[in-house]
Amino acid sequence: MGKIIVEVMLKPEILDPQGVAVSAALPRLGFTFAKSVRQGKRFEIEVDGLPTQAQLAEVEKAAEKLLANPVIETFVVKAEK
Amino acid sequence: MKVGVVTFPGTLDDRDAARAVNAAGASALALWHGDADLMGVDAVVLPGGFSYGDYLRCGAISRFAPVMEKIIDAANGGMPVLGICNGFQVLCEAHLLPGALTRNHELHFLCRDQKLVIENNSTAWTSSYSKGQEIIIPLKNGEGSFQCDDQTLAALESEGRIIARYVGEDPNGSRNLIAGITNERGNVVGLMPHPEHAIDTLTGPSADGIGFFTSVLKAMVK
Repeated sequence: MGKIIVEVMLKPEILDPQGVAVSAALPRLGFTFAKSVRQGKRFEIEVDGLPTQAQLAEVEKAAEKLLANPVIETFVVKAEK
Repeated sequence: MKVGVVTFPGTLDDRDAARAVNAAGASALALWHGDADLMGVDAVVLPGGFSYGDYLRCGAISRFAPVMEKIIDAANGGMPVLGICNGFQVLCEAHLLPGALTRNHELHFLCRDQKLVIENNSTAWTSSYSKGQEIIIPLKNGEGSFQCDDQTLAALESEGRIIARYVGEDPNGSRNLIAGITNERGNVVGLMPHPEHAIDTLTGPSADGIGFFTSVLKAMVK
């Protein structure tokens, strides 16, 4: 069973208040490493067998149309073994 | 004149929207998200709520409902469409309006009476107001922060397509205090606050909201 992963992130210029909140919570817990945090979404799509180029191309289209909103988000599609 | 009010699974404000339509003197007709049929309506209101549980992104799933395909075609043909709150989010996801609505900048769900200033009174939904008129209607949202790129913002400003702005402090982080916008043609309007909850002083903070619904009536009679 193969997986196709789609990762969606808000564009850098779009305010990410959730990321800001996480970023503010970390030092309160003693974690001082983060300069900033941005929060995104990850989709795991199962397919039969190893993902094919055709499937990846289809997922790319689905991401453009539904999984991400290109007005405010960017996405990356990749195969996972 | 018939105004369709769409109900998606998770819509909350369809009854108030229908009541506002009827109070304005039009006749409200319920439209179901799963029916690819506008039942001959002259205009459509997409009411507020949490259609499809706001899953994925607010309005992202609703945008592909069978009724929406018809509404998108009709809107592109000039039919007046008003999207309130979740309806505004649906219109942005459907690319009938530019930009997107994101999480409020302070992360809290807001529910309060909000002062707005009407900046464009030449759309199908705002002609009952005067330019610069201040109104108070409820604002209640978790994802009402209007965002778009600089180029889109400049176009909205220069073309007078910002129909209403928040007065005072920015409640949700919207760029340039944007509460509502219109498309180039002026038939499609998206508004984050809720005029349908302010059509009489018995149930709302004012009767200021009724103007959106009387406006569309005038637009149709013309």
